[in-house]
Amino acid sequence: MQLQKIKLFMYFPPEKTDKPITYRLVKDYDLMFNILQAQIQPNKKGRLMAELEGTAENIEKGLQYLKEQGVQYRIFNKNIIWHEEKCVHCGACTAVCPSRALSMDRNEWKLTFDHSKCLICELCVKACPLNAMDVNIFL
Amino acid sequence: MAKTFDEINEKIKDGKVVVLTAEEFKDLVEEKGVAQAAKEVDVVTTGTFSPMCSSGAFINFGHSDPPIRMNRIWLNDVPAYGGLAAVDTYIGATELSETQGFEYGGAHVIQDLIDGKKIKLRAESYGTDCYPRKEITTYITLDDLNQAYLFNPRNAYQNYNAATNSSDRILYTYMGTLLPQYGNVTYCTSGELSPLLNDPELRTIGIGTRIFIGGAQGYVAWEGTQFVRNKEVIRDGVIQYSGVTLAVVGDMKQMSSRFIRAASYEKYGTTLFVGIGIPIPVLDEDMAKFLAVRNRDIYTQVVDYSVPSRSRPVLRKVSYEELRSGTIELNGKKVPTAPLSSLRKAREIAQVLKEMMLKGEFLLQEPIQKLPEDRRFNPLKEREVK
Ligand code: SF4
Ligand code: SF4
Repeated sequence: MQLQKIKLFMYFPPEKTDKPITYRLVKDYDLMFNILQAQIQPNKKGRLMAELEGTAENIEKGLQYLKEQGVQYRIFNKNIIWHEEKCVHCGACTAVCPSRALSMDRNEWKLTFDHSKCLICELCVKACPLNAMDVNIFL
Repeated sequence: MAKTFDEINEKIKDGKVVVLTAEEFKDLVEEKGVAQAAKEVDVVTTGTFSPMCSSGAFINFGHSDPPIRMNRIWLNDVPAYGGLAAVDTYIGATELSETQGFEYGGAHVIQDLIDGKKIKLRAESYGTDCYPRKEITTYITLDDLNQAYLFNPRNAYQNYNAATNSSDRILYTYMGTLLPQYGNVTYCTSGELSPLLNDPELRTIGIGTRIFIGGAQGYVAWEGTQFVRNKEVIRDGVIQYSGVTLAVVGDMKQMSSRFIRAASYEKYGTTLFVGIGIPIPVLDEDMAKFLAVRNRDIYTQVVDYSVPSRSRPVLRKVSYEELRSGTIELNGKKVPTAPLSSLRKAREIAQVLKEMMLKGEFLLQEPIQKLPEDRRFNPLKEREVK
């Protein structure tokens, strides 16, 4: 059976963060679960960036299970990198960013990048004249 | 009491000069009034860091042995001008690489030279009795070059339109990416920090004015191309076209990519962000009044870039204060705005220039000649060619 690998962001509602959701994914759906980055605190909204590996069928079922548990998720195989050393803080990228992940700090007139809002639409990558925004594609 | 350039220069040399950045000066005027500010402050520093397409560099390579009269020249595959003397050239910021297209252009060659990188020089010639060689391929660096100076025919625009797009498709322009159906508005000057908005009558800026350019000390060489100055240039409180502009010159060997940067706009091409700072002496109260101007009093107009005509429709007049707030109202809707010129860098330049003056490292130079009083913006007339 062919195994597949996906990366995803999972957003846990506050009341769910303590529950052994990840454990069930491993146990009930035979998925390999690899946490890449986690922001989970008791009673707060949690965010997990993780890698899932398993058969296509099991991944499908696992995602269905997440949905039923009220866990929102977004699958991706890339992220956006801001090369701050190349950035001149011109603001051209903020003209196209649909989610306001990129915005100008109006006191310092400095670019700020809120990764958690990024939709990975890549519009900023093309819009930046300094080549300071990059897509990082995972294998 | 009026001050002269010479008096202020003496103070700079003695370390007694009082210098504020344009933003600091405006705050001081609001706090203490024009008369007091004029008395207390000697120099106000301005700054801009914007994409300026009309930029480029003169270079002299020195002679090879046997010598060549280069008449076709490439620097990292970007064509440079071959119509000067044997080993002189001019490389323009917007010239594109023949191998990398929009990704790399003359602006990148200029920045790479400033960064000390090796650049591939390739040249061809038809060969002459005195210059027998027909081709050369080698590497050069900035240190090797006899001369390398920027000579930018048009920089430091006084004002510029803000851009939007009424059409149904995304537009890729020199005003950045314009989203369909008035999806955004972009603008491109540093407003109240911008040099020529602080000396609108050009009392202190003219040919010979010493300026900060790309980290070096350079000069205003001439009126900029498309320099527009006449009685009708201000309409409804808005400086039309780009207003007055400057041709500037500066030694690349003293520059740093902290203050000058190559850029490439999607589906448009390459250009050069040029950092320019101009110190403006507070000669008298009249000068202080000009220098007190704030973003709420400086206007531009929002222009629809989807209309492919020389005279694009103007949608409204807008102040820089409103543009900088993050949204403006357009047809009853709030539209997000985005800058294209780096205010942060402009501030950094005004600050660095201020520090140079406080340390006695940068003196004022009084213009040796005023810029023209009357210039119009003529269109290109097309005449029938038989
Ligand atoms: S467009 Fe590029 S250089 Fe300009 S602010 Fe955004 S990331 Fe920085
Ligand atoms: S990828 Fe899209 S959403 Fe993410 S920062 Fe860039 S423009 Fe914004």
